[in-house]
Amino acid sequence: MRNYALAILLVCSYLALSQNCKYTLSGKVLDLHDSSVLSGATLVVAETKSMTQTSLDGDYTILNLCENTTYSIKILHSSCETKTFYVKISEDTQRDFKLEHHLEELNEIILEGKAYENNTNTIQENNVSKETLERYSTGALGDALNSLSGVSSLNKGNGIVKPIVNGLHSSRIIMVNNGVRMQDQEWGAEHTPNIDINSVGRLTLIKSASALQYGGDAMGGVIIVEALKVPVKDSLYGKTMTSLASNGRGGVLTSSLTKSNSNGWFGKVQGTLKRFGDFEAADYILSNTGLIEQNASLRLGLNKFSYGFEGYFSFFSNKIGILRASHLHGAADQVRAFESNTPLIINDFTYSIDAPRQNVKHQLARIKGFKTFENFGTLSLQYDYQQNNRLEYDIRRGDDRDKAAMDLKLDTHTLLVDYENDFERQLDLKSGLMARYQNNFANPNTGVRRLIPDYDKYELGIYLLGNYTLDDRWLIEAGARFDFTHLDVYKFYRSAFWEDRNYDVLYPHIVIEDLGTQILANPNLKFHNVSATAGLKYTFKDNYQLFLNYALASRAPNPSELFSEGLHHSGARIELGDLSFNSEVGHKVSVTFQRDHDTFSFSINPYVNIISDFKIIEPTKVLETIRGNFQVWEYRQTNAQLLGVDIDAAYKFTDKLNFTHQLSIVKGYDRSQDLPLISMPPISTKNEISFEHPKFHNLKLALQSEYVFAQNEYPDTNFEVYVPETETIEVLDISSTPSAYHLLNFNSSIDFEITKTSLLTVGLGITNILNTSYRNYLNLQRFYADDLGRNFLLNLKFNY
Amino acid sequence: MKKQIFIYPILILTLIFTGCSKDDPPAPVNEEELITTMKVTLSPVGGGTDIILKTVDMDGDGGENPVVTVSGNLTAGTTYHGTIELLNETETPAEDIIEEVQGEAEEHQFFYTVGTGLNVTTNYDDEDGDGNPIGVEFILVANAVSSGDLTFTLRHEPNKSAAGVSNGDITNAGGETDITETFSITIE
Repeated sequence: MRNYALAILLVCSYLALSQNCKYTLSGKVLDLHDSSVLSGATLVVAETKSMTQTSLDGDYTILNLCENTTYSIKILHSSCETKTFYVKISEDTQRDFKLEHHLEELNEIILEGKAYENNTNTIQENNVSKETLERYSTGALGDALNSLSGVSSLNKGNGIVKPIVNGLHSSRIIMVNNGVRMQDQEWGAEHTPNIDINSVGRLTLIKSASALQYGGDAMGGVIIVEALKVPVKDSLYGKTMTSLASNGRGGVLTSSLTKSNSNGWFGKVQGTLKRFGDFEAADYILSNTGLIEQNASLRLGLNKFSYGFEGYFSFFSNKIGILRASHLHGAADQVRAFESNTPLIINDFTYSIDAPRQNVKHQLARIKGFKTFENFGTLSLQYDYQQNNRLEYDIRRGDDRDKAAMDLKLDTHTLLVDYENDFERQLDLKSGLMARYQNNFANPNTGVRRLIPDYDKYELGIYLLGNYTLDDRWLIEAGARFDFTHLDVYKFYRSAFWEDRNYDVLYPHIVIEDLGTQILANPNLKFHNVSATAGLKYTFKDNYQLFLNYALASRAPNPSELFSEGLHHSGARIELGDLSFNSEVGHKVSVTFQRDHDTFSFSINPYVNIISDFKIIEPTKVLETIRGNFQVWEYRQTNAQLLGVDIDAAYKFTDKLNFTHQLSIVKGYDRSQDLPLISMPPISTKNEISFEHPKFHNLKLALQSEYVFAQNEYPDTNFEVYVPETETIEVLDISSTPSAYHLLNFNSSIDFEITKTSLLTVGLGITNILNTSYRNYLNLQRFYADDLGRNFLLNLKFNY
Repeated sequence: MKKQIFIYPILILTLIFTGCSKDDPPAPVNEEELITTMKVTLSPVGGGTDIILKTVDMDGDGGENPVVTVSGNLTAGTTYHGTIELLNETETPAEDIIEEVQGEAEEHQFFYTVGTGLNVTTNYDDEDGDGNPIGVEFILVANAVSSGDLTFTLRHEPNKSAAGVSNGDITNAGGETDITETFSITIE
């Protein structure tokens, strides 16, 4: 009898199998934001009432699934929102599920299941991972961005790091901080972006002007800084991190605390303290290069499905020392400094920061509200206010010794109204209006002539951007934007310059007052700019994607290009702008071909950028003054052409061993004069081999090689100087580029679970392992001193 | 609650756009550190006409070139007592910058560079608190009939203890050049 029953069972199961219930569903459960694996997630299959858990690598396998059946799979994870996915089985299936991981993650508005929205759809967006951001905790935002292909940085020492995207920087890059376009006097080469790297939750780079919602003048690209999202659930969590560095003998302490509520209310406080003394090159101390940074931010908001608001305030303050030996008066002093292989001034290590130095404070306040209307879309309204106060201290004499040589205050108010449709599935539309008022005040009490004049700026912008999904392969995108800019300026011109430029004939009507050696003028300038974008995306069968994008960008000249007229101490040169400049217009075409695959991924991104009326500053003559001879640099407009390619590749040898490769090439030419453009990044390549052992405390080890070639194409801007002491005429070589260099960096991290809900991550890193002496073409300090030597970094992060 | 949120920014912006009346034109900067004039007075020891070497650059860095003048020729075999004045003549009365230089004597030093052909000897005739020269006062001996360049250079924060610096050799002085001018001198 028993045998009989068993036989029936056997037959039944055979029958079941014969109905094709032999398929397997497998894959990984991943974090939606950074694709990190989620271990210990439970998958419940409702139809079979079976349950399975993901391994430490996030892998899961569900066996014995039947053909042509749709299963609902509910995934639960202790630190994630529970989510149900539906999968139809017709063969053995591989599928990765992504969950919203809420530890450290904040949530704003989730539209159609997208946690973060794409800013553009037909250009590849590059993100800096959370690990990378934390690794650069002691550095600047530009250092973290530098880890992406196609990005380099324009430095002055190591505290001032400006990102260069595909060869372009400063006013040609838009920086968006929590939805607010930064107005922090970004035009100057020695002005670092005023954003605390430790407040950044997500860092996105778009190497094109296609993100028209932020502006139409991003010739180089758009850098978007966002806070992490807060989940709509009851929780309280925080992060405290401290990093200590041997080079500069300092460190960073940063902490954040987030409170969220299931009724939608949330709040977050965050603060950072950073302090360093003099940094060191391989062989000597870089005197007066210390820095102090103090930042804080506060977020408060309500997030409901159909409406919400958010208030954000941030305070950023820094004090950065400028290499003492780089402060010089005139060309003859430069000759002396250039002849010396080591800086002319090397003092003992100190934490004190003397002149020359900068002291910048940036405050940002933003309030934003949104409401979703059924069958219409979402309307949002944002007002933001920013104040940037920049003080530059020079080496001065007498009573002026402790007084700033430059004191600029830039106030900006912006109002944004944006509309986004979300009722039509295939068509996404975004449009909006922008109104902005800006005032620059140059404090005359400095006792130094204003380098940037007092001005009022009024801007109005309107845009429409849309993408249409034809089918699951094709997506097309198009958009346009119009901007109007009005500048109302009060500027004191030297009479000699006014007449030399023929302004007395061209613009006699704008003269308000004649003061003898100088005149006061009131230029009123208006610019009308059109920008546009068009592109497509094609998705192939086997994880391949092709992006094609065209962007038309127009940029009104900045105050520095228009009004510079006088000695710029930090460059020991006289800079002259031009009142007659018009907007520069760029056409950029970029193609990206990429493969996203577990074993071998790559992306190839060639581009061409043709810019008319491109503003460049270059040396034109030597001027005699009572302080000796100074080189004169004048802005001019020309036609520029930039060509380049960015390559990324990743290969997975085994589960644990990875190799990544990066190559960035950019070539820039002045087509009017058939010369190379100045300050173009040399070719660089980064190769990294990394080992990961998630089962052993999530151990990660990585060795990185960074090779930077010598820039072999540069314009000859050398000039001759008469040195009275030696009665000789010397050639001042300011154009030759430094030789190629190779750096090795090591990075590692390991996790320790302290309690069920708290995690300690210990990181150890070494940069420039071999203590190589090198100079970087894009570091303005290169004429006077080597770049940074070896640095040991210890990083402790505590999540709770 | 919600409506207020939308209204506030509009109100604020309206105030900004309408409330900001046109500012008064800014005042010109009073260039406090500007040196417009260097005047070197050479008085013959034992009496005679002073020789004045002067450079004037009224609009500071950039703009017009400085105007350089020499009032006359030196006499061979004569010893001169030299005094340097630095002025900011954009102010009335002109500001005396030499007082500031002497107030920070340890951080300043003048150098006299004698060009090829010119046969003169210079010696410092003053000192700072450390016993090093400042160079505002000096003795110049016009040795023989000749002509050539004479350059006056004021260095800020020089290394006065470096080799030769206190004897007037600028080679190892370092620091930044605050002022420098070359005069063509003839001794007859």
